[in-house]
Amino acid sequence: MSVTTIGDTARFSPVGRSNAVVKLLGALLITAVLVVSADPVTSGIALLGQLILLSAAGQKPLRLLLTLWPITVAALISGWGTAMLSPEGGTVLLNLGWITVTTGSLAAGAAIALRGLAIALPGITVLLTTDPTDLADGLAQTLRLPERFVLASLAALRLVEVMVKEWSVLASARRARGAGNDRGPVGMTKEFGGQAFTLLVQSLRRATRLAMTMEARGFGAGKRTWARVPSYSRVDLYTGGAAVLIAVGAIAVSMLMGTHRFIWQ
Amino acid sequence: MSSHVAVEQRGAEVVLTDFGWHYPGREQPSLSAVSARIRPGERVMLLGPSGAGKSTLLQAMAGVEQDPDGESRSGDLTVNGLDPRDARGSVGFMHQDPETQVILARVGDDVAFGLENLAVPREQIWPRVGAALAEVGLDLPLDHSTTALSGGQKQRLALAGTMAMHPQLLLLDEPTASVDEQGAVELRDAVDRVVAMAGTTLIVVEHRVGLWESVVDRVIVLDDHGSIAFDGPTKDVLVDARELLQKQGTWVPDWTPHTRPAPARDAQAAPLLETRGLAASRTQPNSRVVARRRRRGRKAWAKGRPVETDVFGNGNAIPAAANINLTVRAGQALAITGQNGAGKSTLALTLAGLLLPCAGTVLATEALAGDAPADPSLWEGSELITRIGSVFQHPEHQFLCSTVRAELEYGPLQAARHGAGPGVNEERIDSLLRRLDLEDIADANPFTLSGGQKRRLSVATVLASAPEVLILDEPTFGQDAETWRELVTMLVEEMERGTAVVAVTHDRELIKALNAVEMRLGA
Repeated sequence: MSVTTIGDTARFSPVGRSNAVVKLLGALLITAVLVVSADPVTSGIALLGQLILLSAAGQKPLRLLLTLWPITVAALISGWGTAMLSPEGGTVLLNLGWITVTTGSLAAGAAIALRGLAIALPGITVLLTTDPTDLADGLAQTLRLPERFVLASLAALRLVEVMVKEWSVLASARRARGAGNDRGPVGMTKEFGGQAFTLLVQSLRRATRLAMTMEARGFGAGKRTWARVPSYSRVDLYTGGAAVLIAVGAIAVSMLMGTHRFIWQ
Repeated sequence: MSSHVAVEQRGAEVVLTDFGWHYPGREQPSLSAVSARIRPGERVMLLGPSGAGKSTLLQAMAGVEQDPDGESRSGDLTVNGLDPRDARGSVGFMHQDPETQVILARVGDDVAFGLENLAVPREQIWPRVGAALAEVGLDLPLDHSTTALSGGQKQRLALAGTMAMHPQLLLLDEPTASVDEQGAVELRDAVDRVVAMAGTTLIVVEHRVGLWESVVDRVIVLDDHGSIAFDGPTKDVLVDARELLQKQGTWVPDWTPHTRPAPARDAQAAPLLETRGLAASRTQPNSRVVARRRRRGRKAWAKGRPVETDVFGNGNAIPAAANINLTVRAGQALAITGQNGAGKSTLALTLAGLLLPCAGTVLATEALAGDAPADPSLWEGSELITRIGSVFQHPEHQFLCSTVRAELEYGPLQAARHGAGPGVNEERIDSLLRRLDLEDIADANPFTLSGGQKRRLSVATVLASAPEVLILDEPTFGQDAETWRELVTMLVEEMERGTAVVAVTHDRELIKALNAVEMRLGA
């Protein structure tokens, strides 16, 4: 079972079958280009490219944006805020005393919203389409991140699911004792705190036992081998190529159009 | 697949010389002056009262016990002549919690984990993984999700992961304590098989002696002070130490502790709870929806309008148990039995008004409901605890306070605050503390109690509100014989008082001791 239902179909798509490290590096490249570029054309092209790539991989981009609504909303709000407060010139569209919306500020707002979405999307795509085990394989073996850290995180991730289940059991166990009667904010906060405390106690104990299990299986004793080699295939070439194309293409088109602006310019 | 890798492998020798363990700050040592020599390939069962340091001894042998100051241990303990902390990899260790015995998300990876840590070359890993899974009888694809396994399967997976490392010494700390009967037998058979194949030395701590009797050839019994009381061949020790073991609460074969006889069955006793065409499901609407619908249901009830049966709109959920018609009667016991996954616990929670039915109804009779609605799922927390007491499988889930006494006072206080009870009855609480042997620890934090004490406390907290129906989920699971005896006595006393007892259980002896009517699900 995965955290989101979208993840299961996503993992079997071509993007999902690509090597985790290729995806991660591709996402980093796109994000890096967007972080240093401040103009809407670069962001727009990158966003469009990513959405095309996702649809080619069997995803429905609009559904994805809806599923990830908090990020979409955050992007829109920051865009709106910029539009209202940005001092840039142009035709005045709306004047409410100290708030002045002009074509210039609207463009700046749109740029911020586009940029926010375009920056967030690659990371999310990687998370949604990658099995944590594969990602850990790649991080530890290909990118040589400390294996102790990577494996401990991977093992801990399994317990998150256990915690989610335990939370609902706790709620009914406490109702059976007559807790959670108070409807006021103070009572509800207290009840939440109590439930969270019990969950914390249980989780710490579980973590101690898991550490004991891992230690008993020789974890952390010294040099280790890996049962699996991270595999690379033709799909990785396509995915990697597409990521490079999006990143380089966005910046190149924007430069050719003369609209490109680095963040420090 | 099973190209078994030839390995020079014999059992390890374990030598204990005046070995002791005294946790700083404790009055009594956990272990004192334990001396024994366990020969390679020997199979030993370690018995003793709870808290006697059996687990400490196993953890010390596994080299995973924490002793930061080096002040806890005394004497000598060697595995193959080495300090166990230097012999890791040649010692396999399993504890009782299936959930934290699994490390990774895929079956194959989980078994391979230990081999990777031992730096076994890659080309040897997968054949060894396959062989280990076959030995423990887990016929699953390597990429099968570990989350989807049952408790017993998880324990066998852990056994495979441990045996794949080819340990010379296998240490099992109550491996079947959280596993149902069938899972326990399968695990025991798997241990028997793998140990026989590899000639591994085996030391198992258990309180189900009958289960392991045929597998081990030597039994060591510890006394209350953590010293060896008996040590010898299985047959002899189980005869010689029988009385001591019974006193310690160990389940010796062919013995059930003597308890007060339960009231006779009476099909005419006053009904308290009835279900009609009930279907129960774990899938529930979210809490806001539940709260809103509960308010609406109560409003309809207050105005004397009929409460719609689909008031909770939970009709689309997939039922774990369906078409249940039962009656819970005053002073009578009802046992809900059935295989894992038959929906026993879900049914119990639904009966208790804690889950919403997805079809049919649970109705409290006038005698139970009194001035509250007939549908228990509409009750407020304070109305609930004075009518139906629910004891969950894990006692810690239900602890709310920082002392044992406060825990017992909590329910009555809640009820009184909402005008549903007379408040704290000190007499009843004192008598509960006394009956359950919790007097000495009335000021202790509930989380620090032993397993048996926690179980007794969790039942007592519910009894403190004097409910008329008591619903318990696997109350005797993993408990020693002494705790079992106390629990049964307490339940029988409640039944004599007219309390109805509903128990979800696998425990045949409990059903017999309570004179319970059995309702088997999924049959």
